[in-house]
Amino acid sequence: MAEKNGKGRAAPALPRWANTTLSTLGSVAVTMLGLLFVTFIIGRVMPIDPVLAVVGERASQETYDAAFEAMGLDKPLLVQFGYYLWDVLHGDFGNSLLTAHPVSEDIKRVFPATFELATLGTIFGIFFGVPLGVMAAVRRGSWIDQVARVVALVGYSMPIFWLGLMGLLVFYGILGWVGGPGRVSIFYEDMVPVVTGMILIDSALDGNWTVFKDAFSHLILPASLLGYYSLAYISRMTRSFMLEQLSAEYIITARVKGMSERAVIWRHCFRNIRVQLITVIALSYANLLEGSVLTEIIFSWPGIGSYITTALLSADMNAVLGGTVVVGLIFILLNIFCDLLYKVLDPRAR
Amino acid sequence: MTDTTPTPESQSLRDWLLTDTPTSRRHAKFASFYKGWLRLRSNHMAMFGFAILIGLLFVAAFAPWLAPHDPYYQELSNRLLPIWSEGHVFGTDSLGRDILSRLIYGSRITLYIVTLVAMIAPVAGLLVGTIAGYAGGWTDVILMRITDIFLAFPKLVLALAFVAALGAGIENAVLAISLTAWPPYARLARAETLTIRSSDFISAIKLQGAGPIRIITRHIWPLCISSLIIRVTLDMAGIILTAAGLGFLGLGAQPPSPEWGAMISEGRRFILDHWWVATVPGLAIFTVSLAFNLLGDGLRDVLDPKDEKS
Amino acid sequence: MVFMNPGRKDPTTTKSDRRGNTMKSFSRILTTAALSVALGTTALTAFAETPPNMLVIANRIDDITTLDPAESFEFAGSDVIRNVYGKLVNFDPMDLDAGYQPDLAESWEVSEDGKSITFTMREGVTFHSGNPVTAADAEYSLRRAVILNKTPAFILTQFGFTPENVAETIVADGNTLTITTDKKYATSFVLNCLTSTIGGIVDMKTVMENEVDGDMGNEWLKTNSAGSGAYKLQSWKANEAVTLVSNPDFYLGAPAMERVVVRHVQESATQRLMLERGDIDVARNLNPEDVKGIMDVEGVAIDNELRGRLMYVSLNQKHPELSKPEVRQAFKYLIDYKGMEGSFLNGQYTIHQNFLPRTYLGAVDNNPFTFDPEKAKEMLAAAGVPEGLEIEVGVREAQERIEIAQSLQNSLAAAGIKMNITVGTAKQILARYRARELDVYLGAWGPDYPDPHTNAGTFAYNPDNSDEAGATGLLAWRNAWDTDGLTEMTAAAVVEGDRDKRAEMYHEIQAKFQETSPFAIMFQKIEQTGRAESVANLNLGGAITAVSYWPVTK
Repeated sequence: MAEKNGKGRAAPALPRWANTTLSTLGSVAVTMLGLLFVTFIIGRVMPIDPVLAVVGERASQETYDAAFEAMGLDKPLLVQFGYYLWDVLHGDFGNSLLTAHPVSEDIKRVFPATFELATLGTIFGIFFGVPLGVMAAVRRGSWIDQVARVVALVGYSMPIFWLGLMGLLVFYGILGWVGGPGRVSIFYEDMVPVVTGMILIDSALDGNWTVFKDAFSHLILPASLLGYYSLAYISRMTRSFMLEQLSAEYIITARVKGMSERAVIWRHCFRNIRVQLITVIALSYANLLEGSVLTEIIFSWPGIGSYITTALLSADMNAVLGGTVVVGLIFILLNIFCDLLYKVLDPRAR
Repeated sequence: MTDTTPTPESQSLRDWLLTDTPTSRRHAKFASFYKGWLRLRSNHMAMFGFAILIGLLFVAAFAPWLAPHDPYYQELSNRLLPIWSEGHVFGTDSLGRDILSRLIYGSRITLYIVTLVAMIAPVAGLLVGTIAGYAGGWTDVILMRITDIFLAFPKLVLALAFVAALGAGIENAVLAISLTAWPPYARLARAETLTIRSSDFISAIKLQGAGPIRIITRHIWPLCISSLIIRVTLDMAGIILTAAGLGFLGLGAQPPSPEWGAMISEGRRFILDHWWVATVPGLAIFTVSLAFNLLGDGLRDVLDPKDEKS
Repeated sequence: MVFMNPGRKDPTTTKSDRRGNTMKSFSRILTTAALSVALGTTALTAFAETPPNMLVIANRIDDITTLDPAESFEFAGSDVIRNVYGKLVNFDPMDLDAGYQPDLAESWEVSEDGKSITFTMREGVTFHSGNPVTAADAEYSLRRAVILNKTPAFILTQFGFTPENVAETIVADGNTLTITTDKKYATSFVLNCLTSTIGGIVDMKTVMENEVDGDMGNEWLKTNSAGSGAYKLQSWKANEAVTLVSNPDFYLGAPAMERVVVRHVQESATQRLMLERGDIDVARNLNPEDVKGIMDVEGVAIDNELRGRLMYVSLNQKHPELSKPEVRQAFKYLIDYKGMEGSFLNGQYTIHQNFLPRTYLGAVDNNPFTFDPEKAKEMLAAAGVPEGLEIEVGVREAQERIEIAQSLQNSLAAAGIKMNITVGTAKQILARYRARELDVYLGAWGPDYPDPHTNAGTFAYNPDNSDEAGATGLLAWRNAWDTDGLTEMTAAAVVEGDRDKRAEMYHEIQAKFQETSPFAIMFQKIEQTGRAESVANLNLGGAITAVSYWPVTK
């Protein structure tokens, strides 16, 4: 997965960095265009009728026809795509049929929710996953390794909707340790001014610690669930990278030279796997940023995953396209970030 | 297998397989396979996973004999019977159907999904990846851009869109999952191809006049397979869970089919008072996914050449 | 004047409120097996509370796409609009039986020829903006609904109003508003239609200030409010929450609940947990199992309210076998009504086999069909239906409907009919239904306005059955049924002025409908609401209207 995106094709007229930047930008543009086009086509071939989504079940044929024309559906597909592209380039994603708001506004509302969840989940995953993976590799075959393996594989294998419901039942329903579904308790709704859209940060900026605490208690359960999945992935990959390093010759040399085990592990091995590790983390982060639809449904979390899904199932194509563009863009940017990091930190890649 | 090997009578099959001096290519292949198997066998967890999968195959094959009831038979007066009930070990569901029987028949669907996806996605990925890697140039650029586009797609959205476009059902769910699953395989295969392509033995074969198709199918594919197999086994759990997720959203198998994900989805409404209705199929999914993961993890240890040094 | 009264309270409206143990079976297992005693005691901690002046409701509100009264046509939307906009005539939530009552119109008079109704506006009522409510606002609101011609516009345009003639047919004069219909209709029919969502009176001045490109403020009103009702809209976040704040100047007195928040919560189990923990006051989508589970929880009460929604199965009359009269009837004997009512629909649907919901004028409580596969088999044999007939049913993705479909599949198999189930999203299935492509459709129908014509006009009315007619709004047309003469009877019933005679006409139509129609109507909805015991006077609107928050106290 740690592949390079940038293609350093030789073009003597330009300096190397400019060339790389240009080709990277070009590939991003092409990928985005393709992404948009595929989504657009999917939207048009879907047998869900976008007009019905607007006019409702009981509309007469005239109402239907009027809406059909108003939505420009009578024009050829490519023309429709052209119009859409033109608008997007002007920063206009159109209005969502379902929410009656501009899609860009909707995304500004739903994305921070997902971002907050995914970020906390990833922090959780790194915090526990990396040490677990390192320990498992260092003590290969020991009980720690076995426990780490079981913890990770169980994480891989658990249906999240089941785990989510059970978690909600135990920690919220029975124990009352955490807040329930939703981002804050309902009576704190709209209490802090929206700055970033992330309630934790907004309430901290506002100095409203009651809301901060409440929001945190709502966030902690879904975030640890997602964190568990990212932990599973991160710890397995860490282990595998570490094993590779531990068996490398320079490590054996270092050991023979009498270097302390701790120094061997952290100063040498870990240093060498950090680029690969960051790639893995970025990838798992990207996956969480897509929005975990099932988690969002169970926790009534108004994130981008459930936004796109609901929109898709109701043929609200502007919303689907807008959401997909944002998610795709984030994925691509994270990839580029990893490539850059790869080039900067890993001398072998130069 | 005997035509190429003059086997001395004293040599057992085991010795023949463990020889350090294989007498033919096929012999070498069998020998390395056997050694791998021995190493895998020493990995208890992997063997445990393997045993579960064998069990799953057995259950699926003999479902009609194993199931105590007709999985579709409804009895509304006997609905939501608790676990360990008389005649219904895992209780009954909302329509009074025997959960154990549905579970047993559901294993067939799970196997069906897993097999189909395993046959489509990696093959498609292998094809795209090796062609891109071997051909290079514009072919590579175009194929990899397409791969990137599909990689950048939110996965469940792509699968949902596809299922919504073609209509719900197992076959479409399989296609949709394959559609989201192939790009990583393509990347993997391309990376492998790039290293293999520049190796000396490929140049040697080229000198002998082998065409690109022959080189790809006969020489590159076999070398990509092992890493693909590991990847597929590890992905199986994800595939089962995605299929269950589609079932959970009502877009997988159609009722009254006893697909496990759909069973969870049906049973989740009762999770607070009749927890077994969703939990039993949940555990089934968990067990099978875990089995695939254990096996995949073991296979990685065995097959991954990087680990062989240690 | 008031000769029709659709709002008879149903006998099933009971309030159950039993005290008992908080711990449910699963919780018990978990606590005893896995959790220590110390943890177990936390589970019993006191019922948390929402603020005393705030009503918090969990509901599925993902169907809201607009909050403009001229456009809104969904359940959750009409719940909001009923509390935000006043109407000319309206229902009193504390006495739905009384039928429509004066609201923004103080009184009304019907002309000699029965075609014109003149309303006299109530004095001294103001909009949330402070502008007075005038006859001009009422004129503007009704004209606007006709001119915008959105989906629910038919509720008004069926009286002959068109964008071209509203200048003459809907006219304000000083303190009065006169509407003139194209012919004489039962006055109750006209007034009942005005109680529906589209009859909401908007603040002309505020709306026109927010007009964009001649849209009469439609875009703005989708997400804002300009009414005179008990509440104003503070915010609507799609799929997330609707927040209402009280209007202290409401002409019936400031409501006790100063804030009402409706949060979108999809899962019944989640709603139940929130109610048990006291994070919400009302849970509106509990399934039968969760109702049973929460019934005995201390501090929680369950309300049962009969709603207008019907669950039905219909047969496409383009199908060569399904269009045989015997097959239509045999189908009605192949449904396990009692089995379903007693099991997975328990408490939430009651058997009802005709198209007028109970409590409607002319409704009959005659349910002759039972599950009788032998009888059905004979009828099918008489019709010469081949053994192993295979048909397809379309169902939208909703658990109770899928279960009904599976039960139906099972009972049809008893007569040798193989029914395949196709599940899809609402829009997918509807599109095929509207295109007359499904063999069998299984779905629900809710009345649009509290008059018998709302259902008669769609189940038993289809003036042109040809494909070209494209009457996609009519259920009879969607099933390609020419109604066997019920169309004329329905048309006659809607103009009959005498209440008793009108009811009698609907009895006749329904008797014939039961014998000949391709619709097997099965159940009527009972909404089971879980509420905190302290919440009083919450009325969901029965079968005729939507929820009212202003009488609520706690």
